[in-house]
Amino acid sequence: MDGLRAYGLIAGMWIRSSMAYRVSFAMTVVGNLLLSGLDFVAILLMFSRVDSLGGYSLPEVALLYGLSVTSFGLTDLAVNSLGQLGQRVRDGTLDTLLVRPAPVLAQAAADRFALRRVARLTQGALVLGYALLAVDVDWTPAKVLLVPVMLVSGAAIFGAVFVAGAAFQILVQDAAEVQSAFTYGGTTLLQYPPTVFGTELVRGVTFVVPLAFVNWLPATYVLGRPYPLDLPAWVAFTPPLAAAACCAVAGLAWRAGLRSYRSTGS
Amino acid sequence: MTDVTDVTDVTDTWRIWRKQTEVTEVTECFIDVDRLEKVFTVRKKTGFLKRERREVRAVDSITFSVARGEMVGYIGPNGAGKSTTIKMLTGILTPSGGRLRVAGIDPSRERTRLARRIGVVFGQRTTLWWDLPLIDSYRLMHRMYRIPDARYRENLDRCVELLEMEALLDVPVRQLSLGQRMRGDIAAALLHDPEVLYLDEPTIGLDVISKAKVREFLRELNAERGTTVLLTTHDLQDIEQLCSRVMVIDHGRLMYDGPLDGLHEAGESERTLVVDLERELPPIEAPPARVVRVEGPRQWLAFPASQSAAPLVARIAAEYPLVDLSVREPDIEAVIARMLHSLGDSPGAPRPPQERATA
Repeated sequence: MDGLRAYGLIAGMWIRSSMAYRVSFAMTVVGNLLLSGLDFVAILLMFSRVDSLGGYSLPEVALLYGLSVTSFGLTDLAVNSLGQLGQRVRDGTLDTLLVRPAPVLAQAAADRFALRRVARLTQGALVLGYALLAVDVDWTPAKVLLVPVMLVSGAAIFGAVFVAGAAFQILVQDAAEVQSAFTYGGTTLLQYPPTVFGTELVRGVTFVVPLAFVNWLPATYVLGRPYPLDLPAWVAFTPPLAAAACCAVAGLAWRAGLRSYRSTGS
Repeated sequence: MTDVTDVTDVTDTWRIWRKQTEVTEVTECFIDVDRLEKVFTVRKKTGFLKRERREVRAVDSITFSVARGEMVGYIGPNGAGKSTTIKMLTGILTPSGGRLRVAGIDPSRERTRLARRIGVVFGQRTTLWWDLPLIDSYRLMHRMYRIPDARYRENLDRCVELLEMEALLDVPVRQLSLGQRMRGDIAAALLHDPEVLYLDEPTIGLDVISKAKVREFLRELNAERGTTVLLTTHDLQDIEQLCSRVMVIDHGRLMYDGPLDGLHEAGESERTLVVDLERELPPIEAPPARVVRVEGPRQWLAFPASQSAAPLVARIAAEYPLVDLSVREPDIEAVIARMLHSLGDSPGAPRPPQERATA
């Protein structure tokens, strides 16, 4: 895999670059850990006032939160810079990636790779760990298997959103905010039970941008709760299929985007 | 002092050389461009929510070919389409029309395969790693291009020696001067033995010494390795010292393709002789040179760039009390402007409209 190799090489260079400013690196790591931690504190505060949210108990919401943030954390660590591809398109520095003998997507994904993003992933994993211990579920082999499947498929679905968004940013260079609405907005949305949202929104997140496959659909099955939409039970096992479809669409979008790249004058 | 015959000699040599390349082009044509086009669609606001789509032909049906081992200067005014052409040659941009082959490869289809065989230096943006020592960028090239160890070491040593970079390898790139960084960028583009090197403004912003080093290095590279070099520049001296062939592009069209002398002829460009006399004197009479400016004892004489300055200097020195003198080369924009102007006057000149409104 040429792409993975190039990704590793470039990410390594960025890690070493960030070590050129050691104090700054240490401070951002600590800062990110604190910020990520505060994120879940908000949900804890909510539960200090209420006993359930949309019919879900604290461990159940923590499960949704942990799944969403962990899978997003994986993607965010790996390909975060795709969210800012518009910047490279605007100033024309995408050119320098295009003359290298490695896939541009791998190079763009590894661009500005930052280890400090491990913070979000760590925090998500901690909450997920707590939820798995605390939640009241009758664990069957299928349910146990669904947990890693959800994490991997979820990361892939978020990854597809990043790639499709990056392709869109080649066309519309200042679309970084639009992309953030789907990535950061998406992961925040998925932290809460689907029952607190309107049916129209749930429908959109299920059928249009299939973020519901990251955790809502499989997790409601694990928790034995009804999904707001009337879908057959086997849909809970389809996240890998949804992820594959998303990646295929994102791949096509990326190709089309790259072919339409216009560069800048110099 | 047979300046006129000198010029014809050069032209003759060029014609012979040109014929030779035409013969060898069949087998050794390295870059082959046939009616290449790049059309950008520009949306322009013409009112609230109203937009007009315009087609801008950045490159308009250009045809040329470059043989292996040639050194070609690619010049033209800003916005003429130079960079767009280079970007299509390197696979960065997809052409809108026409045929394009570099080493038999279609750049936009097989960009990654082509990347191993070409080197690119963008004068305005560095590809080096800002916060890391220079050597780290080279190590990345080594691994990314999978350059064999012995080859890498040999090429690096050679670049380091010729570009005088021994002391720079362990310095973070952000601490290098512009000239040092440019040398560093050129070395980075050559570690994988590219067959062709594209240079976009390689001497822009460099001081005289750095420019000389870069030019000397490129000359050697071309002579010893036979690397094909295509460079865009605004510096006429780059072309004079490096390129046997010049291509001039304007408004996306190829206006001239030949040796530099021919460009001067086509543009009837003039060099300027600045003469300092002992005292104020009436304008010097030395046709075909003519005085264009007088300021106290200093006079400026314009004479055709295709002629040698020597007989003119000899004549003035013999007839006038000469203190000092210097020769100024015509600036490239002026040469091109004159050439484009003279071509524009001739019949069959290309038509001017570049933009066509389509909606």
